[in-house]
Amino acid sequence: MLLIRCPYCGERAEVEFSNGGEAHIDRPRDPMSLTDEEWAQFLYMRDNPKGLIAERWRHAHGCNRFFNAIRDTRTDRFVVTYEIGQPRPEVTPEQAAEAAR
Amino acid sequence: MSDVSVSNSLAVSRAGFTATPLKGGRRFALQGRKDTLEGAARAFGLSETPAMLKSAAAGDCTLLRLAPQELFIITGDAGLPEAVTTYLGTVPNSLVEVSERQIGWTLEGEKLRDTLAALSPLDMRERSFPVGMVTRTLFGKADGMVWRTDENTFHLEVWRSFGPYLSSMMDAAALDAAW
Repeated sequence: MLLIRCPYCGERAEVEFSNGGEAHIDRPRDPMSLTDEEWAQFLYMRDNPKGLIAERWRHAHGCNRFFNAIRDTRTDRFVVTYEIGQPRPEVTPEQAAEAAR
Repeated sequence: MSDVSVSNSLAVSRAGFTATPLKGGRRFALQGRKDTLEGAARAFGLSETPAMLKSAAAGDCTLLRLAPQELFIITGDAGLPEAVTTYLGTVPNSLVEVSERQIGWTLEGEKLRDTLAALSPLDMRERSFPVGMVTRTLFGKADGMVWRTDENTFHLEVWRSFGPYLSSMMDAAALDAAW
């Protein structure tokens, strides 16, 4: 069973959570000034890294809050979870190696 | 929760495990910012909002902190005290009565932990789920709220449409646990 640490409730089973897509994507302040390409970039284009990714997750069957998490897409290991609004935390090489293990 | 909404057929009774449908009382879901919840808790006569996943009793009301922004309030048939509704009239918040939405059980018996373990991956041992702790989680496929009221007693609530599903799940789990 994969455990995910909710910043509010602590470690819970994966079935309680739902994924909310890539994190740290800011909506452009003035969409009307963007070109179609820039708007499409915001709407549709996402990173698809082989390795660490910052994602939004929601504790859907718990406190119902969104939070952010850094996960390794190869192993599904979570490095860290943090509250919405905080900057993406630095991941040390040791943490990254552990997540890739 | 009106009495008619709780059918006796939802009761579960097996060797070492009983689930008794709850009767009476009303339920309120209060969502608001930190200060709002703090103020509501004070209007209930408490010194502060219950900590995350903790509960607090105030008269015949119980405040359950299910989320950072949410208090679930179980009251007697009279509903919320006037001091609370008066206070909530002065600040932005969302207060919804969900009495008819919820049905619940009191869970007891020496096979209680084994039965719950078959329904939920949560560790319900005393060290990680002490008396007074409350949380929403999944029971089988039903979203529910579990609250430890006593060392050997749990209070379980789900949305009403999950009632027959959960009672049959508990029945099957209790049968397994009794083996």
